Amino acid sequence: MEARLNTEHTDWSAFPYLENAEDVISVQRGPKPGGIGGAYRAFGETLRGLRTTFGRVIEGPVTIQYPEEKTAVYPRFRGRHKLHRFEDSGLEKCVGCSLCAAACPADCIRVVSDENDPENRISAGERYAEVYEINLSRCIFCGYCEVACPFDAITMGHDYEMSDYNRSDLIFTKEMLLAEPIDRSPLRMEGE
Amino acid sequence: MSIPIADVGYTEAVWVMVVKSVIIFLGVFAIVPILTVAERKLIGRFQNRYGPNRVGPVGLMQPLADIIKLAGKEMFRPQAAVPFLFAIAPAIVIFSAIVTLAILPFGNVQDGIGLYGIDVSIGILYFFAFGSLSFYGLLLAGWSSGSKYSFLGAMRSAAQLISYEVSMGLSLLGVVMMTGSLSLTAVVGGQGELWNVIPQIVGFLIFMVAGFAETNRAPFDLPEADAELVQGYMTEYGGMRFGSYLLAEYLEIFVVSGIAVTFFLGGWMGPGPGWLDPVWMVAKTLSLVTFFIWVRATLPRLRYDQLMSFGWKGLLPLATLNILVTAVIVTVS
Repeated sequence: MEARLNTEHTDWSAFPYLENAEDVISVQRGPKPGGIGGAYRAFGETLRGLRTTFGRVIEGPVTIQYPEEKTAVYPRFRGRHKLHRFEDSGLEKCVGCSLCAAACPADCIRVVSDENDPENRISAGERYAEVYEINLSRCIFCGYCEVACPFDAITMGHDYEMSDYNRSDLIFTKEMLLAEPIDRSPLRMEGE
Repeated sequence: MSIPIADVGYTEAVWVMVVKSVIIFLGVFAIVPILTVAERKLIGRFQNRYGPNRVGPVGLMQPLADIIKLAGKEMFRPQAAVPFLFAIAPAIVIFSAIVTLAILPFGNVQDGIGLYGIDVSIGILYFFAFGSLSFYGLLLAGWSSGSKYSFLGAMRSAAQLISYEVSMGLSLLGVVMMTGSLSLTAVVGGQGELWNVIPQIVGFLIFMVAGFAETNRAPFDLPEADAELVQGYMTEYGGMRFGSYLLAEYLEIFVVSGIAVTFFLGGWMGPGPGWLDPVWMVAKTLSLVTFFIWVRATLPRLRYDQLMSFGWKGLLPLATLNILVTAVIVTVS
């Protein structure tokens, strides 16, 4: 209940200095509990409560049956990381500069870079990431690595189902991050 | 329209009575596990969710899983407990709940067989006698557990008993006066033209409110009070002893709903041939049970002093006034 400006029932003669004050709010209190009126109101409120809960039955459940139904994610959802290759040449975008590791506040990225062999290139740049590991049990999914990367080699994907039985299984290697995720999470459509 | 009223003290062959009681017992025992899952599913619906739906088709096997789980658990007994009383308390509760089933009339005498367990001449007093006995079970459970939570729960149930059982008895007296008989079959027989819920609406409301208190259901579930007393008198129980308290609670809900249907909602009366009578009786009872669940999903638990003042200052005078007015009308007309 909002406190309403109600000066109708106030006896202003008791407060002569407030006679023409416009910003005086007299608080309206609810009726006291107990008595016949209280019992009547309690009965009425009980019926109102029953109607409210019955309305929930008519609305129907809002549960998402999770393992069978999945919540769609937004396009900018920050899920499990992905490493990318150039589509035409198939070379890795990552040049092993370690800027993502430097930007990472949780210190969960480990990059060991190496010189590219010109005969057998792995990345498009001078160097490539020989080891690229993300410890997902430490990752806080802030997306700073994505921002730091000068070549858009790492982006945040849409996968959110990453639980595992061992902590060591949560260290994702370069091959796992480069591979397409097996279970794609549903993507939310525009306007959804 | 006159309905033949069953004779009180109507005698039948022993084997008929045995078969009848077995059928009623098994029938109601088949309903009770369904009630437990129905309650959880309905409360789910009242809260915009599904409730249990994983075990079996649409979760219907849930009670089986619950019972297997409870039966497989250790029946733990605290060191401070009194062993004999601790063991006998759940037995008293479940005994008194089952015994009350006997007087619920599921139909009139048909082909020489009364569709009820037994039509005792004291009728409704039988229900009150065993209702009070079940409180001994709760009290003994709380006292013999040697735990303060159980003891507090037991004390609360004792206080609740004396506050509500008087109003409950008085609320039915109006019907008894109108019918002129304590027998439950006679009470149903007297409702051929008009269900008692219309002339005795006050009595019906009082009986329902007191019924919530009698069965320790929300909003009067103070003896159990999961939040503050961790199930009250049954805190220290485990395994099937705990399960038997739950079973007794659902049985009591069924019995209280059955008594309410018998006294106020026309019992087995309903359109259709005579063999439909038990169906009508069970259907009416189950719809009242649904109402119990609906109320549980709606109302918060009362504070202790509110419960007491509501019982003594609200229900009791109202129930007294109700029988006073009924007595005057019955005498005058």
